[in-house]
Amino acid sequence: MNNPSQIGGRRQGKGNAPKLSKQARQAVLKRTLKTYLWPFKFQLAGILVLMLTANVLALIGPKLSGNAIDALAEGPDMDKVIYFCVLMALFYLIAGVLNLIVSRLMIRISQKITYAMRRDVFAKLMQLPVSFFDKHLTGDIVSHISYDIDTINASLSNDLLQVCASSVTVIGSFIMMIIISPVLVSVFLITVPISLISTRYRTRKIRPLFSKRSAKLGELNGYAEEMLSGQKTIKTYHREEQILSRFDIRNEEAVQAYYKADYKAVIIGPTVNFINNLSLALVTILGSAFYMGTLAVAGWPALLTIGLGDVASFVQYSRKFAGPINEFANITNEIQSAMAAADRVYRILDEITEPEDAPDASELTEPRGAVDIENVSFGYLPDRTIIHDLNLHVEPGQTIAIVGPTGAGKTTIINLLMRFYDVDSGEIRMDGYPIKQLTRRSMRLAYNMVLQDTWLFCGSVRDNILYGRPDASDEEIRAAAKAARIDNFIESLPNGYETELSDDGINISKGQKQMLTFARAMLSTAPLLILDEATSNVDSRTEIAVREAMDNLMAEKTCFIIAHRLSTIQHADKILVVRHGNVVESGTHQELMARPSFYRVLYYSQFQE
Amino acid sequence: MRHIFRYMRPYAPVVAWCLFFKIIGTLVELAIPFVLQHMLKVVAPQNDLKQIIYWGSLMILFAAAALVFNIVGNRLASRVARDGARSVRHDLFAKTMLLSCRDVDRFSIPSLESRLTTDTYNVHQFMGMTLRIGIRCPILLVGGLLFTFILDPVLTLILLSVMPLIFITVYFVTTRGVRAYLKAQRSVDGMVRVAREDCQGIRVIKALSRTEHENERYDRANRTLVRDEMRASLIMATSNPVITFFVNLGMVLVILFGAVRTSMDLSSPPTIIAFMQFFMMISNAMIAITRVFVNSTKAAASMNRIQEVIQADEDCPTAPEGAYPDFVSATGEMPHIRFENVSFSYLGAKPQVADLSFDLYHGETLGIIGSTGSGKTTVVNLLMRFYDPDKGAIYLDGKDLRNLDSETVHSRFGAAMQNDFLFADTVSENIKFGRDMTDEAVQSAATIAQADEFIRAFPEGYEHLLAIKGQNVSGGQKQRILVARALAGRPEILILDDSSSALDYQTEAQMRTAIRSMDNHPTTVIVAQRISAIKDANLILVMENGEVIGAGKHKDLLNTCSVYREIAESQMGDGEGGELHE
Repeated sequence: MNNPSQIGGRRQGKGNAPKLSKQARQAVLKRTLKTYLWPFKFQLAGILVLMLTANVLALIGPKLSGNAIDALAEGPDMDKVIYFCVLMALFYLIAGVLNLIVSRLMIRISQKITYAMRRDVFAKLMQLPVSFFDKHLTGDIVSHISYDIDTINASLSNDLLQVCASSVTVIGSFIMMIIISPVLVSVFLITVPISLISTRYRTRKIRPLFSKRSAKLGELNGYAEEMLSGQKTIKTYHREEQILSRFDIRNEEAVQAYYKADYKAVIIGPTVNFINNLSLALVTILGSAFYMGTLAVAGWPALLTIGLGDVASFVQYSRKFAGPINEFANITNEIQSAMAAADRVYRILDEITEPEDAPDASELTEPRGAVDIENVSFGYLPDRTIIHDLNLHVEPGQTIAIVGPTGAGKTTIINLLMRFYDVDSGEIRMDGYPIKQLTRRSMRLAYNMVLQDTWLFCGSVRDNILYGRPDASDEEIRAAAKAARIDNFIESLPNGYETELSDDGINISKGQKQMLTFARAMLSTAPLLILDEATSNVDSRTEIAVREAMDNLMAEKTCFIIAHRLSTIQHADKILVVRHGNVVESGTHQELMARPSFYRVLYYSQFQE
Repeated sequence: MRHIFRYMRPYAPVVAWCLFFKIIGTLVELAIPFVLQHMLKVVAPQNDLKQIIYWGSLMILFAAAALVFNIVGNRLASRVARDGARSVRHDLFAKTMLLSCRDVDRFSIPSLESRLTTDTYNVHQFMGMTLRIGIRCPILLVGGLLFTFILDPVLTLILLSVMPLIFITVYFVTTRGVRAYLKAQRSVDGMVRVAREDCQGIRVIKALSRTEHENERYDRANRTLVRDEMRASLIMATSNPVITFFVNLGMVLVILFGAVRTSMDLSSPPTIIAFMQFFMMISNAMIAITRVFVNSTKAAASMNRIQEVIQADEDCPTAPEGAYPDFVSATGEMPHIRFENVSFSYLGAKPQVADLSFDLYHGETLGIIGSTGSGKTTVVNLLMRFYDPDKGAIYLDGKDLRNLDSETVHSRFGAAMQNDFLFADTVSENIKFGRDMTDEAVQSAATIAQADEFIRAFPEGYEHLLAIKGQNVSGGQKQRILVARALAGRPEILILDDSSSALDYQTEAQMRTAIRSMDNHPTTVIVAQRISAIKDANLILVMENGEVIGAGKHKDLLNTCSVYREIAESQMGDGEGGELHE
């Protein structure tokens, strides 16, 4: 039986899988075997035995049916027929049960492996330095942990089994056919080449058309999404007709690409049927001729002798034999995709993690909040220095403001302070200890921060607020929310503090998100505070309201403030003006305003006519 | 389902040809086992090689004919699917462009997107599939049963008894499996969400040393996903072995009962061999037909979602002349824009705008300021008639907006809206926005919008290609391009909704001066959070919770409206605000 049903269908190959070099393939294979498959070696061996048994049993079936038909033609000999039929039913039943067990076991194993891979990749991500996330798009990272691992999973649970089963079937049927009639096997001299040609045609001609089809469809979808988001604008300018005609052009391209791919692809089904029918016809012709000879010609050569039962079983074997050959191209493509996916996953696992804390690193206990920056230079790229020879001494409790145009390197200073990046030269000290000599954990916990990119996760409002201090009590959470002027809003939510924040759930504005991160910061007792454009999402009215809260938050803490609105930083103890990566000016607001400074230019431009 | 076929109806002649080719192709294929039976039973015992070759050639001919006819039929099917899908997608997109803003809100943009993409794709796929497999399989089934009935009616009964088993297995496994996969898909989303969140929040996570906690959180999502995916795979995995067993069992039964019939001289071994071939063909058809069946429920659901949109009401209709009375000015001076006791709410609950009235004369500027969610943008939405007010009326040159055709209304406006969109095309095209205008007009608009300078700094100047949503330009540049778009049509009324917030104060001031010196003196509505953007307006509305809590000129408001004063002080520097702003 030629696998009558492949439910769910083949995964649609998106064009040819990118090919890895032979060495890379071997490395990937070896690593997968060693890391992920080896722990299951006994189960896998067991599965292999079960699968072989099932396939051999299924292979005997057609031969038995031939025997039954021969017995039938001889008389009929009912006892023999019944004997063969019962045997057949039994074999098929056992084969079916075994196959069921095999695929279930294999699914379990592949899911365990998938679980382990995802866990490993994620754990690795958590260890990677911040620079990794700055360099890679989130979408790309996510696609490794979802799409790539999925591809590997599908290949493990499906292809691995199918390759083994198909090899057994192809070899087994071939042997059986040779046993039945070596001469009839010559039929495949005609059909197998046709199969191979059609397979090649599929990989060479049709796959690229399918990639083009997905690409065109992607373009169309992109266009539709883009225009939908601008629907109001289109209405405003009454451009519906123009947009529709442009959409139609892309629609036309998409449906044509679909059609072109289909035009070639719809050949496959009929071709597979044709090959089956052709071999049936050829077997019938030769079979009839030999059968005729066997019946009528005395001294007919034994090699060409054939019974009706033989014809029947031969036809069945020929179908079994042809099936996997037609599938061969798909499977190899899938395995190649899986290998390429595994390669990408392993690349992440091989990324260099944040270096370990120094072996003699000490814990920063009871930090006071003094910071010294001494002769620090830094660049994200080796040859592009962004911070040049920066010096700064900060007493506990002081407020330092960093101002300057966008892209001047303000956030870079924060990155260095928190040791998201290590300095190229110079040294940063906290309470007198070089931060490289401190454990990252204790050093970072001395900081509290509110960033411009508000980060909230899907979870309850409460969970989001207490993120930095999981042991905070309900009263503390409420107090923090109140201080951040967000308590009224939270209580107006359907479930108050238990309301789940999600992408598509309740409507929450950017400003409100920012206030929640303020509330989160309010819970912290860390002696240092970083505010990176923390109020840029909050409108002025609200900013006035949180000003008091911010003042509370900043009290008795060493603060680093990055701000757009210069009004928020006038009371800083020191203002650093950053321009093109250099600190060009520093001093208090009064000092900087007193002389002709870049700061003064910036300041007055706020009010200029 | 009805609607899917409605879209295929215009191609009835092609469908007819497709049917013709598929039917012939399928019938000749069905004839092959019939010839096989004839050869083994009748021809072979005649001891005539010529006859064998003759009949054998006929088989090969049939096989070749089946190949050709099926390919031609399939291609015609693809053609119909292409044309049908094209018009479904065209109609749907055309309709989404005309939907009223209320309906867009109701459907939501992501949902409209998925209807345009996934759902139309499903329908396209289904159209092709029905014509290719949906025709072939019933013929194989009915034709096959007919042929087997001629061969041996009693054995046909065995076939008929096994078929329902296959149908039931495939149907239940697939539908349950699909459901399980949908659930697993949601778990995938959950897992991806955690990964995505953590990539974005890595700084916070590391700063708070919460990586352990994140590992645990991810582990929960990972476990849920593995559980759901396993369940789905296990369901799907049952179908193959079970169906294979049923088909094989059917074969065994055919042989067994065939033997009984042969012993009674009612059948013969060649008949049984042919029967086995038919059996194979018919069970494959059965499996395929069940899949079409399962697929059809998916496609029908998709088509319903598409129809929901297509059948939705059109944009706010234009009321017949005189349905709403014109505004008659007592003073004789006609306001360009007049709001009269206007109230509105998006969802019929809390009003976003309550009892709003104001007059704005030709060439004047209206400034609207207030915190997020105070109803500023709603005023603009009402003015542009994206929504009709629940109460009150809006007049344009004395005419009630509802009496005016929306195209004529919109043609008088130029608007740069908050979060407005730029699309992947050249800067010049983004400014023109499909309107017929000269390059000079584009450049002069860009100059006024303070955009000319940075546009010229691009290597390709005005031909510089923008990325989707203008991701390759800064926020301030985006806003200036949008303002240029609004200005390029030389509108009678200019609307700037929060369209200078990303500009530095200097550039903003220059833009305002340039707009004020335009020779056609547009009436201007500026929505802003910055005092500097609106302080020269003829009328400033200070809004809070949908209500106007202050109205007047900058100087008056500083004295009369405490909220306004607070905002001004916060933006002009503490204590110094009063003096510094001049």
